[in-house]
Amino acid sequence: MTTYFVQAFIYLLAAVAIVPIAKKLGLGSVLGYLIAGVIIGPVTGLVGHETVTIQHFAEFGVVMMLFLVGLELEPKMLWQMRNRLLGLGGLQVGLTTILVMLIALAFKQTWTVALAIGLIFSLSSTAIVLQTFNEKGLGKTEGGRNAFSVLLFQDIAVIPMLAFIPVLALPELVEAAMHLSDAADHHENLSLVAGLPSWLYGIVVIAAIGVVVLGGHYLSRPLLHFVATSGLREIFVATALMLVIGIAALMSLVGLSPALGTFLAGVVLANSEFRHELESNIEPFKGLLLGLFFITVGAGVDFGILSSQWILIISLTFAVIIIKAGVLFSLASIFKIQNSNRWLFGLSLAQAGEFGFVLLSFSVQNHVIPTDTAQTLQLVVALSMFLTPTLFILFDKVILPRYEHSSNDREADEIEETGSVIIAGVGRFGQIVNRLLVANGVKTVVLDHEATQVDNLRQINIKSYFGDATQPALLHTAGIEEAELLVVAIDNREEAINLVHYVKHTYPKIKVLARAFDKGHSYELKFAGADYIQVETYHSALEVGAQAMRDVGFHPFHVEQQKQTFMDIECAASDNLYQQWQQRSEGERYSHGYRQMFIELEQTIKKAMQQGRGGNHNLTDRAWTPPPKDYTDDFKDE
Amino acid sequence: MENKKILLLFAHPTLDRSEVNKPLFEAASQLPYVTAVDLYREYPKYHIDINREQSRLIEHDIVIFQFPLYWYSTPSILKEWQDLVLEYGFAYGSEGKALHGKTFLCAITAGGKEEAYRAEGYNHFTIRELLRPLEQTALLTGMHYLAPFGLFSSRTAVEENRCDKHKKKWLWLLEQLHRNTIDLAAAAEVEKLNHLLDSIYPASE
Repeated sequence: MTTYFVQAFIYLLAAVAIVPIAKKLGLGSVLGYLIAGVIIGPVTGLVGHETVTIQHFAEFGVVMMLFLVGLELEPKMLWQMRNRLLGLGGLQVGLTTILVMLIALAFKQTWTVALAIGLIFSLSSTAIVLQTFNEKGLGKTEGGRNAFSVLLFQDIAVIPMLAFIPVLALPELVEAAMHLSDAADHHENLSLVAGLPSWLYGIVVIAAIGVVVLGGHYLSRPLLHFVATSGLREIFVATALMLVIGIAALMSLVGLSPALGTFLAGVVLANSEFRHELESNIEPFKGLLLGLFFITVGAGVDFGILSSQWILIISLTFAVIIIKAGVLFSLASIFKIQNSNRWLFGLSLAQAGEFGFVLLSFSVQNHVIPTDTAQTLQLVVALSMFLTPTLFILFDKVILPRYEHSSNDREADEIEETGSVIIAGVGRFGQIVNRLLVANGVKTVVLDHEATQVDNLRQINIKSYFGDATQPALLHTAGIEEAELLVVAIDNREEAINLVHYVKHTYPKIKVLARAFDKGHSYELKFAGADYIQVETYHSALEVGAQAMRDVGFHPFHVEQQKQTFMDIECAASDNLYQQWQQRSEGERYSHGYRQMFIELEQTIKKAMQQGRGGNHNLTDRAWTPPPKDYTDDFKDE
Repeated sequence: MENKKILLLFAHPTLDRSEVNKPLFEAASQLPYVTAVDLYREYPKYHIDINREQSRLIEHDIVIFQFPLYWYSTPSILKEWQDLVLEYGFAYGSEGKALHGKTFLCAITAGGKEEAYRAEGYNHFTIRELLRPLEQTALLTGMHYLAPFGLFSSRTAVEENRCDKHKKKWLWLLEQLHRNTIDLAAAAEVEKLNHLLDSIYPASE
């Protein structure tokens, strides 16, 4: 037990110490984990051979990642992107694979090994590239959007690759492994399909996939709904984990890739109301496991190989970058991506990616690539990723300035995504806000923690998601970084204040509009940083008051004027009242000063109302006030 | 000669469909000596801030109403603006001299063709005649009234490429007003300011 604690502590410490620094230096978190691994592995020798065991465990992060990739893929979005996705993405993966394969063949590798290497190097680093785009605000440029399509295609392409690579297994490696396992009397892997005839195996496989797709569609939603209504957050997390692990287990049992299963389940759930909540629950597990995976990769780096073959490794790295950039650059010309965007597209995706590590270790396990070759290639993948920040710097400092002068002449980038609005809480208040916005074509993301409420909305075709909007992770998956504004209309007073405070603190640029229950609440929301606050009862109560005035005989237009005057005075006094409220002593919300001001406010309003009725010329109600009776005496005919 | 400050009060209820007024207003907004106020944007509920509008008037030397002609008059918010802002004791009455000596003009667009605005045309009155209520308002409040600056057949102005020329004239007019190099007496006499501009507008343009 003690050893486990010590080991876990070493891994966590390395991650905590190195990753934030790497990110600050612009290297990104993936490289941070790799460096952390290198430090605790080959450099200091704090961890030893157990990294191999841990790596197998950590690979489950990849399964989770593909579940999340699936969740992000709405069929509709895929269809809209089909040209760029298949055209750009497909050609990029295809051409790069062939070119890298040719080089590998030139190094006298057999064709199976060469093909596997080609596939591995056709992938780029989604993690590094997307993170850098976010940091530099390049995601919405033409180059950035096209790069995203390619990355998306690569992420999807990983699944057939995982299925295909075992076919390439080298007979002599398999044989060696068999000998080894025989010698060690390796225990049988748990399998449902061992020894089945192939036709039955086919049926079992199809049935398993059917279970995932149909179960995902018809069973998981009632289950999630049932759990959600219980209001137990940790049970929801447990359910999310159970789904992913259960599917992975089922797939392993029938001899299919767990990643494929969870990816399918993700796609099936992409349209469900639980999408954002599932994402935010699985995300931390995925992040930690993938981090652990990269640490183990770093820890496994063999400095012996690096020092003995450094010329080879460095030249291979540059070859990979040049080939990938070349392919991307020519594709960009074919697809008419112009100017600086062409460079951005070409340079940003020129590295190998984290999936390269995954596929490499997968290939070794499946006896496709010999271990020593894999170790060299691992270094090439890592080195190309280390060089990515340099390529971005090259783009920023050299390429971009060359195009800056001409960029003003060209047409503005076509903006596909308008700024979106996140509405937290879609009960009786948020619902009306949402209807108005949606009717005007504004993109909204609606969040509510009442599963029944979300169901009702979905039945009338209002796209909404189940989830607790006060959870930072959910806000993140709902896209708060890109949102233009947030409407806070949740029913819990305290949580509304906390949410406003958190959002204004973490994302100061986002405008927050908040619904308050009463004056006191509105001050608290203002104090928390809300940009615009409306007390929920104010306008409706004024309307009822106005109707009452009309009913007792006031002229409707006069009532409108009086109502407006009332609102003006309230509005003018609100700043003073707020300051009084702020100066309150602890425990005494409404101090004497505040009460005094409130009484004065009521008197001002009363006075203004009376004056308006008298028809005198006064300062508070001036609209359409007639001039004095004798005013024409001043005018003389010519 | 002293430079003049211009207050441009613009009223267009459907700005998103505007073809002529919008570019004119946007171009004028860029000028440092013009305070451009989009009244429908500022007072979408017609709740006009009388104090703010009065102090704006006091701070400027030239007041321009820019609007598309609606039923031979201003869009309703400009009428509302007059009803509320030109108060007794401010704009008229024995104490009401705040506007004395300022210059006032209208910059309008009209859908009808230019020839329709005369006794023989289907609109029967000239544009200057139709705008008489504003002329008299200017006189009663002690302002110098200038003839209107207008664009006619405005619905086809874009198609007929008349907009750019009109905008150039408009910006030139604003600059002359600002520099106070316009013959105010002549500008008060003519039927339309366009006539005067055509005679003095730089020939090279």
